[in-house]
Amino acid sequence: MEVLEKSTFMNINQLELDSIYKNFGNVKALKNISMSTSSGQINCILGDNGAGKSTLVNILSGVFQQDRGEYKIDGEVVSFSSPMEAMSAGISTVYQNLAIIPIMNIYRNFFLGQEPTKKGFLKTFDKESAIKTTIEELEKFDIKLENPRRAAGTLSGGERQILAIARALYFGAKTLILDEPTSALGVKESNKVVDQIISLKNQNINVILISHNIDQAFMLGDKFFIIKNGNMVEQFDKEQTSVDNLRTILGK
Amino acid sequence: MILSKGIFSRPETGALLGLVFVWVFFAVFAHNGFLSIHGVKSYLQVSSEIGILAVGVALLMIAGEFDLSIGSLIGFSSMSITLLTIEANMSMPLASIITLIMAVFIGYCNGVTVVKSGLPSFIITLGSLFIVRGLTIAVTKLITGRTQIGGIDESSGYGFMHSIFSRNITISGVDFPISILWWVLFVFLGYFVLNQTQIGNWIFATGASKESSKLMGIPIRNIKVSLFMLTAFCAWFIAVIQVTTFSGADVLRGEQKEFISIIAVVIGGTLLTGGYGSIIGVMIGSLIFGIVKQGIIFAGVDADWFQVFMGVMLVSAVLVNGSFRKKYIHEY
Repeated sequence: MEVLEKSTFMNINQLELDSIYKNFGNVKALKNISMSTSSGQINCILGDNGAGKSTLVNILSGVFQQDRGEYKIDGEVVSFSSPMEAMSAGISTVYQNLAIIPIMNIYRNFFLGQEPTKKGFLKTFDKESAIKTTIEELEKFDIKLENPRRAAGTLSGGERQILAIARALYFGAKTLILDEPTSALGVKESNKVVDQIISLKNQNINVILISHNIDQAFMLGDKFFIIKNGNMVEQFDKEQTSVDNLRTILGK
Repeated sequence: MILSKGIFSRPETGALLGLVFVWVFFAVFAHNGFLSIHGVKSYLQVSSEIGILAVGVALLMIAGEFDLSIGSLIGFSSMSITLLTIEANMSMPLASIITLIMAVFIGYCNGVTVVKSGLPSFIITLGSLFIVRGLTIAVTKLITGRTQIGGIDESSGYGFMHSIFSRNITISGVDFPISILWWVLFVFLGYFVLNQTQIGNWIFATGASKESSKLMGIPIRNIKVSLFMLTAFCAWFIAVIQVTTFSGADVLRGEQKEFISIIAVVIGGTLLTGGYGSIIGVMIGSLIFGIVKQGIIFAGVDADWFQVFMGVMLVSAVLVNGSFRKKYIHEY
């Protein structure tokens, strides 16, 4: 087992930002941000509302481009003009509210935008294979679906987040950006999601977790990046810090 | 239990109950005419014209938009075909194709204006409803001094067009218009696209959540513009059926059809807010419309009651849809 896990480190995925700046008009949203995250780790970005976390996520996920500075994957400079481009480079983002469309059914959500088609002239939507894959992929995350034709809105909040995570991994995500994945959830649902986030580490995924919840972030994280007023004020490895230390820096 | 839940969560179930209700109602109160094969023909004919429009309107509504201009596009198309044929001496098929290009272009303009401006399509197409109707009346009067033009049946190519769009098929001595077959074809194609293709999934997603769809890379602008072009195409199709049926045109053709087709779509279980709906439901909604409209005539009741009946059906359908929304969307 040990050996097997080591061998998967062959396809290491390192994501790096080097002196990133981003302005919106006169507002300096990000100032000289440098950070580096790598596979098999949970990297937490902490900060208050308006500190620049969302801007940072939007740059990482291809929604915006930085004004200055370099964005690198495995040492190579990249530039994404849309979330789709980032996705095809293996960077997927699971957004707090927009992950799942509640009135569409589960398998249609799972394959949204990347529907499998049947062979042949008409290229019809291959629902049977979509349903089969959806059930299989969610089983890997401990969700047993009795009916994938149900509206996704009937899933619990935690299940919906997990559905979005499972979908991202199925479509080849190596870096997964999770934007406040548990902030809208109760304790029980939150724990379900936390368990699956931990399991992502073992799958050698580079997890970037955006969170308000310092206790949860400390429990999960291997690396911590603290943003204040658009500046990266501190970076820690887990052993260099403590919950109290993080709390003091964030002023909570 | 599971089975009944499954049935009641389907979008067309309410419509099906409505259909059974109106059919039984008129079978009891108007049995003489209504149950005869003449009765069947008369409501199928009415249903088919609304039904063809409603397929386009439904796909557009599922994608989250309205097109109020289709009624006046029917008037425009039928008048354009007639004028080009009679006044410009074109053959009718050529006039129809030129008109088709113009109608679809108007649909394209509607779509582009909506997606570029980000304004509600309700307002944009309310504007084009008046622009297109006004232009149709003004230009027709300018050219001919009249608002109704007949006699296209003597023009070249009319027979050909009539045989495609308005011929009758005789079944046990009663002439059924071919528009009923066209309706079935539109329903089949609409169902196929919406339920069996990738584009169908994108139409649902576009209407259900613009933001989520964009993040998943779905070309929502192209989808919306194409569907506005589709509703314009459906309006043109109805116009050709009407011109070949009445062998002429009236500038007021298609009045209120935009509302009636929305009613049929909503009775069929499609959510006004988009993202959810069924083409089979829409077919049932169109059938309800035809049955009520003709049933009231067969019952010998003043036809004014028809509007009351349809209004009640509409409000009931919206209330049923509303309870569905509460059930599934409140968690959003």
